[in-house]
Amino acid sequence: MRRRLFRDDAVVLRVQKLGEADHIVTMLARRGGRIRAVAKGVRRTTSKFGARLEPFGHIDLQMVEGRNLHIVSQVEGIDLYGRRIAEDYAAYTAASAIAETAERLTPIEGEATLRLFQLTLGAMRVLAERAYPSTLILDSYILRGMRDAGWAPVLIACAICGLKGDHRAFSIPAGGCVCRDCRPAGSAHPSPSALVLMRALADGDWKTATASENGVRKEASGLIAAHLQWHLERDLRSLSLVERN
Amino acid sequence: MYEGALADLIEELGRLPGVGPKSAQRIAFHILSADAHDVDRLSDALKRVKQLVRVCEICYNVSEEERCRICRDGRRTDENICVVEESKDVIAVERTGEFRGRYHVLGGAINPLEGIGPDNLRIRELMTRLQAGETKELILATDPNTEGEATATYLALLVKPMGITVSRLASGLPVGGDLEYADEVTLGRAFEGRRVLD
Ligand SMILES: [Zn+2]
Ligand SMILES: [Zn+2]
Repeated sequence: MRRRLFRDDAVVLRVQKLGEADHIVTMLARRGGRIRAVAKGVRRTTSKFGARLEPFGHIDLQMVEGRNLHIVSQVEGIDLYGRRIAEDYAAYTAASAIAETAERLTPIEGEATLRLFQLTLGAMRVLAERAYPSTLILDSYILRGMRDAGWAPVLIACAICGLKGDHRAFSIPAGGCVCRDCRPAGSAHPSPSALVLMRALADGDWKTATASENGVRKEASGLIAAHLQWHLERDLRSLSLVERN
Repeated sequence: MYEGALADLIEELGRLPGVGPKSAQRIAFHILSADAHDVDRLSDALKRVKQLVRVCEICYNVSEEERCRICRDGRRTDENICVVEESKDVIAVERTGEFRGRYHVLGGAINPLEGIGPDNLRIRELMTRLQAGETKELILATDPNTEGEATATYLALLVKPMGITVSRLASGLPVGGDLEYADEVTLGRAFEGRRVLD
């Protein structure tokens, strides 16, 4: 059987060693969704491929279709964000958490998710550009990525009865903010500023988001992480390693 | 399917890095047909490596004694410490003949996606060594890939406030490659041209 050759552009999420000199590259592709491909010989120093297939970069590649793993046959860098991200430790840990979140939000390999691809690419770009503090970029990414998965926390109404308003209590099992009447036992009562920040991050309102204080950011991060992990079966390993100072 | 001792051997060989099921089978049959003395030597070597080889108590390089050959060598200077990810990288740097200081083997690179953070590497042990005050320059020779660069960034942040010069191998090493595959000439040049991080 002749294997099909195909082309796509993708963000590299994860690179793992395979055998003596190969890598398995996990990517989120514009058309192909989450895909995995083998890059042969890239760890040898004579390989021209290696630098282009590093984590967090945007690449244009040609692959030979495989049953489980595709094989990379050609690759060009579009924007190789990896190096700039690695020069800022906080950005590196945030990019790692974004990559792991992207993997977990795409449980089925090969299923197209254009919005998540664009969101992931945008997040890597602003991390590389140091446009905003990296933890804000990560939290905004998680909130917006969850929206596509249908898990976004309800922030401008009661998650139970739908009553519109800036409700003060927050319940992770209920799915977000809850009104005084619906509020289940054990609901959290975050500071109003933390909820304002979460709404700003979900909407991409960077002016409000960057004006927030550190303590408020930590509070929002905690709620966002708890909300994400509640929807995933296993914890995200990289989240606890995110540099938050 | 094979059974018994042969199946066990094929399974064990198949767990080795870079050995697929076909190679495991081929090696197993090679062992089966080999001379008994040769097989004894191989099994002896396997047992001895686990009994005798440990890590150096100072630099964490592999060693058969408490301190490795490099840490015992009185002609080498304590003023320069070269940080590498793995013991095999020590061999790679030694081949260049450019370096007369000591090493520190981290045991990997920071990789949050694999659950490896600073606490999972021998970074605290490095800080303890540096606090002794002998070190003037720390050379970061982690792999020239994203994880290696990020680990270097992290270490530089930690060490520079101690007043120690921190340098990184010069570019010229292909990005994405393993340090151990760099030829000694390229790696030697990267060493000579290392840049101070500021
Ligand atoms: Zn309600
Ligand atoms: Zn030693």
